Amino acid sequence: MSRIKHTFETLKSQHKAALIPFITAGDPDAQMTVQIMHGLAAAGADIIELGIPFSDPMADGPAIQRASERALKQGLSLKDVLSIVSEFRSGNTATPVVLMGYANPVERMGYNNFAQAAATAGVDGVLLVDLPPEESVAGTLVSAGMDNILLLSPTTPEARMKLVAQQASGFVYYVSLKGVTGSASPDLTEVAQRIALIRKCCDVPVGVGFGVRDAATAAAIAQFADAVIIGSRLVEAIEASPREKVLANLTVFMAEVRTTMDSCSRVYKKDKT
Amino acid sequence: MRAGEFPDDRGHFGPYGGIFVAETLMAALAELREEYETTRKDGAFMAEFHHELKHYVGRPSPIYHARHWSERLGGAQIYLKREDLNHTGAHKINNTVGQALLARRMGKKRIIAETGAGQHGVATATVAARYGMECVVYMGAEDVARQSPNVYRMKLLGATVVPVSSGSRTLKDALNEAMRDWVTNVSSTFYILGTAAGPHPYPQLVRDFQSVIGVECLDQMPEMTGRQPDAIIACVGGGSNAIGIFHPYLDQPGVRLIGVEAGGEGIASGRHAAPLAAGTPGILHGFRSYLMQDEQGQIMETHSISAGLDYPGVGPEHAWLKDSGRAEYVSINDDEALRAFHDVCRYEGIIPALESSHALAHAAKIAPTMDKDRIVLVNLSGRGDKDINTVAKLAGIVL
Repeated sequence: MSRIKHTFETLKSQHKAALIPFITAGDPDAQMTVQIMHGLAAAGADIIELGIPFSDPMADGPAIQRASERALKQGLSLKDVLSIVSEFRSGNTATPVVLMGYANPVERMGYNNFAQAAATAGVDGVLLVDLPPEESVAGTLVSAGMDNILLLSPTTPEARMKLVAQQASGFVYYVSLKGVTGSASPDLTEVAQRIALIRKCCDVPVGVGFGVRDAATAAAIAQFADAVIIGSRLVEAIEASPREKVLANLTVFMAEVRTTMDSCSRVYKKDKT
Repeated sequence: MRAGEFPDDRGHFGPYGGIFVAETLMAALAELREEYETTRKDGAFMAEFHHELKHYVGRPSPIYHARHWSERLGGAQIYLKREDLNHTGAHKINNTVGQALLARRMGKKRIIAETGAGQHGVATATVAARYGMECVVYMGAEDVARQSPNVYRMKLLGATVVPVSSGSRTLKDALNEAMRDWVTNVSSTFYILGTAAGPHPYPQLVRDFQSVIGVECLDQMPEMTGRQPDAIIACVGGGSNAIGIFHPYLDQPGVRLIGVEAGGEGIASGRHAAPLAAGTPGILHGFRSYLMQDEQGQIMETHSISAGLDYPGVGPEHAWLKDSGRAEYVSINDDEALRAFHDVCRYEGIIPALESSHALAHAAKIAPTMDKDRIVLVNLSGRGDKDINTVAKLAGIVL
């Protein structure tokens, strides 16, 4: 069983939703990223999303754009991102790691080369924002033993949800709003309705991200979704904190989110029986 | 598949093109694709498009025999397709009229666009004013500073100009930001993309709207010269003016098609904007094509004397035409373009855009190697009034 699947099944038996923090690899630097990943896992992260820096992050808001720029300024490459993952793996074999980024750096390395190297490094899933199912390389990723994480959005028609559901593995990532990462708060009633619709055609767990900025929003989403993804808020904290305070500041925030999420009993539980 | 029949139904030109965008935009692109499929077969729509081109843009644009300059060069006869005489001074308006009519048909009241030098921004602001639409133009902060007259033009026309300070603060970043706006306001907004690039169907629809250039030439050249030209030369940034004049000629094997990229300070210097000459295939801005990128797949900064060619990618159909051999692609450096700019000013009384000056410079290079009865047609894609500050500055003159 894949690490991602195992994580969701364990959480399901505990009636909990997964907490998935996102950080950009190499921000503020590669060594620190490994430390932050360990810190996030210790503070209650169930899965860690690691951003692959790209020069032209079209789907990202200013916070994650700047994180990419900081990482690229140090010359961080996709190979370096994979090294970060293998270093993390040497101290943690339990927490799944999902790489999130844009197609071009991966295309440049070659999809097969990437899939082999990523699987060897201990990557569990890959989400390429600008690689829709029509152009998918799902086969390559899955045969290397990784999950192919795909996006669904407020504008995805029902027929298309089925296409995405057919190819998705691990979980699907529901983009809570029309906009870029770190935009204003999502309309949670609308999100809940969409998640209910997605569940009709999609067997894999559903995570919700974009615009989740505080513990209360995360907890509200955790009541109807299988995972809550928090990115820009953490990346902003990394940017704003002096180096020696980064870990402590992230841990405090993560712990607050974790506690708030877990203290609310889940209203909606997916139950197929 | 014949060259003229591309793209396929998913927007591929061979291995190039396609749709590489985040999920939120997929539905909007599907809607645009469907709407465009019906529209292009709709006689009333096409009639209105051509009515606008005639009475608002001033088409057909003439073809002019640059006799004096040809004589001085001492070889082939050079003819100029005068897109510089269009309303707003460049070929860009052909496409913005077409897309604005499409936007109106789709009930979209808000228009967004990206712009580099500001020509596409001005052409978009113009049609937004003409059809009563709200208009927001994204422009790199560097370009806002370099091209202040065009910024003011857009404002006069009622558009909001948003300076983009991320990344390299130029055209590619403006395009990123326009995409971010589109993803946020996707229900109300029509994105008028300025070149034959981006996700499908943009490369196709921009090409189709710009093909009026080549279609006119097909009639005009035999009228003027008794035959079709031996070669057609056009500059290539994203590649919309080039594909517009090339496409109607794809099935005329006797006509050489030559695209000219910006060689900047020379290909060897690395400071250029010539992805077809020196780039590798990759994915950017929603499509696959040749890109200026490093070994890690990061997009590189480009350089050209002309802001309109200063782009790290190129339309997917050009990538395909290069690989298939139907078109040739060369590059012209800043200094060569500048020399052609001055020559055409002095010998023909025409101030060409620095972009078009790249095509003119290549004509000046090959014409002397050809017989005097050979014919070279250059797409003079825009006029150079916008460039006089740049040119004066290079000559050490402050205007």
